[in-house]
Amino acid sequence: MAEIQQQADSGKGGKKRAKKMSTKIDMTPMVDLAFLLLTFFMLTTTFAKPSVMQISMPVKPKDNEEQNELKASEAFTILLGENNKVFYYEGLVEAKPELKLSNYSATGIRTVLQERMARQPKTVVLIKADDKANYKNMVDILDEMTITGQKKYALVDISKDDVDLIKSSGL
Amino acid sequence: MPKVKPHRKSPSLDMTPMVDLAFLLVTFFMLTATPTEDTAVLVDTPSSVSDKKLPETGVLTLAIDKEGRVFFSTEAQQVKIKALETVGAKYGVNFSQAQKRTFSLLPDFGLPVQKLGQYLNLSSEERKQVKQEGIPTDSLNNQLAEWVIASRSANIAQTGKAPYIAIKGDGQADVPTVKNVIKILQEKNLNRFYLITDLEIQPVASK
Repeated sequence: MAEIQQQADSGKGGKKRAKKMSTKIDMTPMVDLAFLLLTFFMLTTTFAKPSVMQISMPVKPKDNEEQNELKASEAFTILLGENNKVFYYEGLVEAKPELKLSNYSATGIRTVLQERMARQPKTVVLIKADDKANYKNMVDILDEMTITGQKKYALVDISKDDVDLIKSSGL
Repeated sequence: MPKVKPHRKSPSLDMTPMVDLAFLLVTFFMLTATPTEDTAVLVDTPSSVSDKKLPETGVLTLAIDKEGRVFFSTEAQQVKIKALETVGAKYGVNFSQAQKRTFSLLPDFGLPVQKLGQYLNLSSEERKQVKQEGIPTDSLNNQLAEWVIASRSANIAQTGKAPYIAIKGDGQADVPTVKNVIKILQEKNLNRFYLITDLEIQPVASK
């Protein structure tokens, strides 16, 4: 509006010159918008795709198929208890093994597993989670298998003997 | 002596390079963005050292929250509609076109199929208020297995390959629920699946 009025005022004689407009335009609103969008997309983008652990459970055995018995010398059982406790014993539960307490830290079950692997490279780890353990414990212990490079392990249902063993040990 | 006048500089500076960069970044983020979905359940996954990434497509996710409720989600809309029809037919529940359409846009759900129709009729605001009870997983009313089987076969029909099955459990979820879900999958002969976790830096195992 203002500019139109200006033009009307300068209506004197002589050549009419086209008013020289500046070639620069005010970019501030555009820049504002650009940065707004930039912030929005930066905050909504999730770069870190969740990582996954692959688990392969054994195929259900057919009835007439023969299964290998686990040797007591190779068995190593880890029991996941409540309140982030983790117990372990060597051998099978029938032999009334000595139950020991450990934890999920780097100096806990990890060193135990490494020491066991050095002694018995053929170790098969049986992981039995108590009903009161949480899912994090399960992931943690599977993680320890990856960290220590233990190849042979299995997720097994906890038996009554194991529960009794935890109870009687008083740990 | 005449005063030395300081040279007057224009206060406006050339913003062109900055704007160029800003737009470059905007374009980059716009193209790479995958918006976080507004899921019905919040799951805080435990961390692991595994650096394997979740595949981008063809994933069936079974989320287990800390109360032990099971939620189901998959991203392909056609697969969802097909699965809804299959499972609905099995339990004698019919869905209208509008309901199917709403269902295909849902990021996830955790309701028995009988209550799903009512839930789909709500507006998206009302839907957020609904406390979902989780998909029934017990042996008498095993709807989770139906959903997995139906979406799996729909996915195979659509893309020609079997979907990956991922379990997204909350760190505080109890083991019996997780084990039950694993058992359901095993009974359907699905023995290979993923556990979704956060990334953690792998510690060096001391020798």
